[in-house]
Amino acid sequence: MSEHIVPVKVYVTVWASLLVLTALTTGVAYIDLGVFNTVAALAIAVAKMLLVVLFFMHLKYTAGLPRIVMVAALFWLAIMMSLTLGDELTRNWTPAVHAWGSGVLLPLLPHLLR
Amino acid sequence: MAEMAHPSPEHGHGSHTPELVHQFETVEQQREAGTLAMWLFLATEILFFGGMFCSYLIYRSLHPQAFEIGSHLLEVKFGATNTAVLICSSLSMAMAIYSAQTGKSKKTVILFLVLTILLGLTFLGVKLYFEWYHDYLEHIVPGVGFAYRPEWGSNGPMVQMFMIFYFVMTGVHAIHMVVGVGILTVLIIMAARDRFSSHYYAPLDISGLYWHFVDIIWIFLFPLLYLVGGRYTGGGH
Repeated sequence: MSEHIVPVKVYVTVWASLLVLTALTTGVAYIDLGVFNTVAALAIAVAKMLLVVLFFMHLKYTAGLPRIVMVAALFWLAIMMSLTLGDELTRNWTPAVHAWGSGVLLPLLPHLLR
Repeated sequence: MAEMAHPSPEHGHGSHTPELVHQFETVEQQREAGTLAMWLFLATEILFFGGMFCSYLIYRSLHPQAFEIGSHLLEVKFGATNTAVLICSSLSMAMAIYSAQTGKSKKTVILFLVLTILLGLTFLGVKLYFEWYHDYLEHIVPGVGFAYRPEWGSNGPMVQMFMIFYFVMTGVHAIHMVVGVGILTVLIIMAARDRFSSHYYAPLDISGLYWHFVDIIWIFLFPLLYLVGGRYTGGGH
């Protein structure tokens, strides 16, 4: 079998790093960093995900289609998240629709007709 | 061409190992096809869980205060312990595959698989007894005697919404864990029947991908559910 065999040392190092990062993310939650609490939590989670994907799931040693599938899946996830959140979080940026008739268009009407 | 369309019954089987099925040229090709199929399945899983994470983010951004109150109802110590338990189970799974790859005895492979199952069951035990059962006793399970607390004020309904997210997301994750334990049981039976060798261990390899993926989901669930808005203000346990 030509598949790359990952040395035990690598597995144990990844495992220890994952445990350290778990302790870190838990510890950081008890320090007031404002919005950076969430940023730190997500950054550490992404780092842990990469460790698992690259070493435990062998993606570092697996070229070709599995890598494309993984990247494509994350890209689709990004599309779903950005379009959905882009809609939800910007709904209050423009005036409510019912205001357009009287609130926006009518006062403008004399200028438009001039 | 006629020979290709109607292969003789002897078609190559003499030189094959029994685990190689008809449609593949080599065991290597078979394993790569299986690996790709598992990654494709995991892509659908990423989007399946992604939908839940996405709706969670919307509700959290709309009701940050209620989600912080809700998050503080959960016990960080159990969430963190379970994260460590799953990480250990991932190492054990990786070691089971490694043992098969390097031709260690079937005893060693089975030992690591059993250890992986035990860690998986430990996770589920902590979840069921120390968390969900105690949530039930504290009346914070939506639909089963959920009770608003006076200190939540007008946040009550959205605290309940947080708990719905918590139970649906950890519940679906737990179902994946149960499926994983089932897969591991099958792998142990296969290993006991001498089905794996340093030349053929694809079922271990591919099941490992699934097990590690379930671990990754928890790696995101832990900070997003247990550590919302930090734990430095009151309310933390």
